[in-house]
Amino acid sequence: MTALAAPAPTQTVEHPDVLRRWRAGPLAIAGLVAAFYALGFVVHDYWFNAILIPFLIMALAGLGLNLLTGYAGQASLGTGAFMSVGAFATYNVLLRLPDLPLPVSLVIGGLFGALAGVIFGLPSLRIKGFYLTASTLAAQFFLPWLFNQYGWFSNYTTSGSISAPKLVFLGADLSTPLGRYLLTLTSVVILTWLAWNLVTSQVGRNWMAIRDMDTAAAVAGIPIAFNKLASFAISSFIIAIAGALWAFAYLGTVDARSFDLDRSFTVLFIIIIGGMGSIAGAFIGSAFVILVPILISNVSANLFAGAIDAGQSENLQKILFGALIVYFLIKEPNGLYALLLRARRRLALWPLKS
Amino acid sequence: MSFFLETLVGGLLAGVMYSLVAIGFVLIYKASGIFNFAQGSMVLFAALAFVTLREAGWGFVPALLVTLVVMVAGAIAIERFVLRALIGQSDLTLFMATLGLSFVIEGLAQLFMGASVHELNLGIDDIPIEVGPILVSQFDLLAAVTAGALVISLSLFFNFTRIGISLRAIADDPLAAQSIGIRLPTLWRIVWGVAGLVALVAGLLWGARQGVQFSLTLVVLKALPVLIIGGFTSIGGAIVGGLLIGASESLAEIYLGDLLGGSVSTWFAYVVALAFLLIRPAGLFGDRAIERV
Repeated sequence: MTALAAPAPTQTVEHPDVLRRWRAGPLAIAGLVAAFYALGFVVHDYWFNAILIPFLIMALAGLGLNLLTGYAGQASLGTGAFMSVGAFATYNVLLRLPDLPLPVSLVIGGLFGALAGVIFGLPSLRIKGFYLTASTLAAQFFLPWLFNQYGWFSNYTTSGSISAPKLVFLGADLSTPLGRYLLTLTSVVILTWLAWNLVTSQVGRNWMAIRDMDTAAAVAGIPIAFNKLASFAISSFIIAIAGALWAFAYLGTVDARSFDLDRSFTVLFIIIIGGMGSIAGAFIGSAFVILVPILISNVSANLFAGAIDAGQSENLQKILFGALIVYFLIKEPNGLYALLLRARRRLALWPLKS
Repeated sequence: MSFFLETLVGGLLAGVMYSLVAIGFVLIYKASGIFNFAQGSMVLFAALAFVTLREAGWGFVPALLVTLVVMVAGAIAIERFVLRALIGQSDLTLFMATLGLSFVIEGLAQLFMGASVHELNLGIDDIPIEVGPILVSQFDLLAAVTAGALVISLSLFFNFTRIGISLRAIADDPLAAQSIGIRLPTLWRIVWGVAGLVALVAGLLWGARQGVQFSLTLVVLKALPVLIIGGFTSIGGAIVGGLLIGASESLAEIYLGDLLGGSVSTWFAYVVALAFLLIRPAGLFGDRAIERV
């Protein structure tokens, strides 16, 4: 109490910290976005269909789940179900209200997703943790069943699958690979910007307070019920739009079964590997989840060409992917984003200190 | 009336199978707080290993013993290379690690033992026998007896042996248990080994019923509602929960299925679990968590 405290050493923060703003950040991000737009005009169609579009859409889904799980602390295994709500709702809006412009249809699809999120998020008012995953698992099994069971949702197609209607906006045909890429990229940029503003505002801080300890947050006067449901609504809104894009901009034709539990797990992998509670983490994790299987299959195809059959190499991929997940969880439980932050700090000091 | 009873009994016996898988979860959850998603893969792995050995001409008992040894060795390897490195991480991280683990186990199982469906004959004729007015599957009865024997021996083990009592200490307060000299890693190895044994029993019974194939891993998804109803920390709860889920599921399939257009059983268990969560969040026999600021 007596001696004047020495100036505190600048604390290096180990966790990904959203409150830290890069000074050169806005510029770097703008450059990155511009680069992605420019990329659209130079690469081959294969890149759109196999890499860029799925990467962006899964990153968007990861972003949505990260808002819910990483920021508000509500674990969910219903991501696939909320994606399917977005896909089927958008399909029906495009089909039954063809006069609405495409972005409006997407937003309406997202709103239906938000509604589903709130309904299945209601138990979060009483339970949490693994008990809550049971509620979202109920969504995961019930909603795709619903869309598969009742023909109305798929407009009575015999297979129960839905196909992309013509994607047109302001007279431009978005059905080409480039058009679908630009549609996806623009949606991702807008929603990421919204999410960024959300998590750096009062709402995001409330969510993090609830995540860290909801009893304490309630004592501090944060309305718990409203914030939990809001996190479910907003997260499901983004996930539903990702689902609609997955159906129409990536696959073209889907049925409810393509939004199964594996999809939910993939998105959960994305945020765990990328980094919980960080926006960039969703993108890094998505790059990992989309690129690593492609990389593994290419490498194994070249290395062991003819030596092992396709089924075996698929098993090898599975083993390797699972082992990588475990490895990263052990090496860096805070995700690749934390790894990047650490690398950046090291590089900043590089010649002076290793 | 007898049709209703038959549906009910059939459902209850199917529920025994769910309970068997759920017990494996409870064991690991109690000892380490991990929701072990890889339990389903362990069931598949055990059943596949046993079937492969049998098809290679091994006798019943040697095949069983070798499979058991493999499962225990696997449990020790998991503790050494995965769990020990993850001590102190959040529940979700540990859960994701078991998810990654399940990929590895499934991949290994299919890499070495193939992905085709194997028939598993345990030498029990599945002739329905009459009990009063209703017909009961003999095989299901045997499964129920096996499950009962397993539960009784597990409860004896956990209530009266030194290891079992240490395990309950760990479940109650890991830090205090360690400070009085209980070795956490050793206990984890034992518990994962016992979970491997339970997986083997479940794999044999499920495999004999529907063939040894990849879909065995999906059993794991039915175990979660069972645990929610029974409570995550109670072996008895896993049994009761399994029976409740099995019975309500098969009744719903018969009486609700026509109304809603079939395959209700894919999600019905979860709706029952949800209803339970709203009334009794800790499950029937679970410990109620109390939070303080």
